[in-house]
Amino acid sequence: MIRSVQDDRRIVITGIGLTAPNGDNLADYRAALLAGRSGVDHYNIRYVGDTLAGQCRFDELRHQKRREVRRGTRAGSVGIYCAQEAVADAGVDWANIDRERVGVYIGVTEHGNVETENEINEIKAFDYDTKVWSHHHNPRTVANNPAGEITLNMGITGPHYTIGAACAAGNAGLIQGAQMLTLGECDFAIAGGVSESIHTFGIFAGFASQGALASHADPARASRPFDKARNGIVVSEGGCLYTLERYSDAALRGAKIYGELVGYAMTSDATDFVLPNPVQQARCMELALKRAGLNADEIGIVSTHATATTSGDIQECQAVRRVFGKSTRTKINNTKSFIGHAMGAAGSLELAGNLPSFHDGVVHATINVEDLDPECDLPGLVLNEPQEVGDVQYILNNSFGMLGINSAVIIGRV
Amino acid sequence: MTKDEIRAEVLDILTDIAPDEDLSSLDDSQSFREQMELDSMDFLDIVMELRKRHRIQIPEDDYVNLASMDSTVAYLEPMMKDM
Repeated sequence: MIRSVQDDRRIVITGIGLTAPNGDNLADYRAALLAGRSGVDHYNIRYVGDTLAGQCRFDELRHQKRREVRRGTRAGSVGIYCAQEAVADAGVDWANIDRERVGVYIGVTEHGNVETENEINEIKAFDYDTKVWSHHHNPRTVANNPAGEITLNMGITGPHYTIGAACAAGNAGLIQGAQMLTLGECDFAIAGGVSESIHTFGIFAGFASQGALASHADPARASRPFDKARNGIVVSEGGCLYTLERYSDAALRGAKIYGELVGYAMTSDATDFVLPNPVQQARCMELALKRAGLNADEIGIVSTHATATTSGDIQECQAVRRVFGKSTRTKINNTKSFIGHAMGAAGSLELAGNLPSFHDGVVHATINVEDLDPECDLPGLVLNEPQEVGDVQYILNNSFGMLGINSAVIIGRV
Repeated sequence: MTKDEIRAEVLDILTDIAPDEDLSSLDDSQSFREQMELDSMDFLDIVMELRKRHRIQIPEDDYVNLASMDSTVAYLEPMMKDM
């Protein structure tokens, strides 16, 4: 189709900063996805004990002083690393940019549980005497903390806040950044999602109680969306932030452009706290397509949200089949099979891993599928080995979350 | 605890609170703030660590005594000499 959006209303991605369990920059992460390298490993956390998780190994001190690390939160450190790396990658003249016009929009699944659990554990040693409860608790647990720490570290005086959107948060952060650029609230946005959730025992215990925590003798094979023997979620930490600019600004400075946000949608199920609703998920994808002015067949890759729960995967497959079932060119993959579920970072990380397809023409696989669940047997599913497909024009990235929050973004090649 | 032991303890707390600082040349007579990057939350960390490690309660009105190493040790000595 021919798009006719004015250049100052087109939003493009000009920089990517990320940390994933299998890579701390886009090149390493992409190489791991193409090589089938998982980032999931053994993990131990208080009360729960031995389990599995995707852990990030980026160097916190690359962009923070030790004092800043001590003062702040892990989510803050993840965000600072990703924001700094994204800005460096964007090649923008950061020293001279008007930082009053920079906005920071960070998606989070949850925030504050890590610090609260730590403090309760700490005061337990003092017979629950709240006089030893840390004065750092409130600034660490306010919901804007991960975004605020980025502004403190980078001297940004434009707007900042987090977007609480369960596991749709990575997409939601990206969407928010684009909307604020379109509204003229900022001229340069740092947007995406982060997660520190592996440092809270509650998320592991909660999924375990729900019967949705993955287990496997081999950590690398534990996260297995679409496989018949899948047994739940591998919780991971991670972060992926994008620098977003209006196309007119990016073109003027000759910026490298990873892709353009050509469509997006967010919808709600209004049906259940936990169980997804394929009808609403499909509506979300259809709405994103409609806003982008695209047919399903024009989407080269659908990056699925599937988390490897028994019912969730089937329901997303129903939704994807409903929208893309007749598409002959669309390939479908899943990044959680490599990195586990990076929660608030999942949407933006999973999109990032697919963006290089615009240039290398390869679709990374969904790994760990030894026995494909017939109910997940979608046409175009890329299993276990990457596929060379040549031309990829558009990528649709799904990200869904609890309380029935759905998001889909469509990125087009520029 | 002797004065030297109290000083070592305060220095240990400061090392945790200000991990980027080189405290080897700390001037005990000068205020901490003149020699290192410390804000009000950091000062509260000193109070909190003394509370956690030694169960010492320091009233807010007495925080001024924690300005320098000399004044801190002098203030803490009566409370810590029997520890």
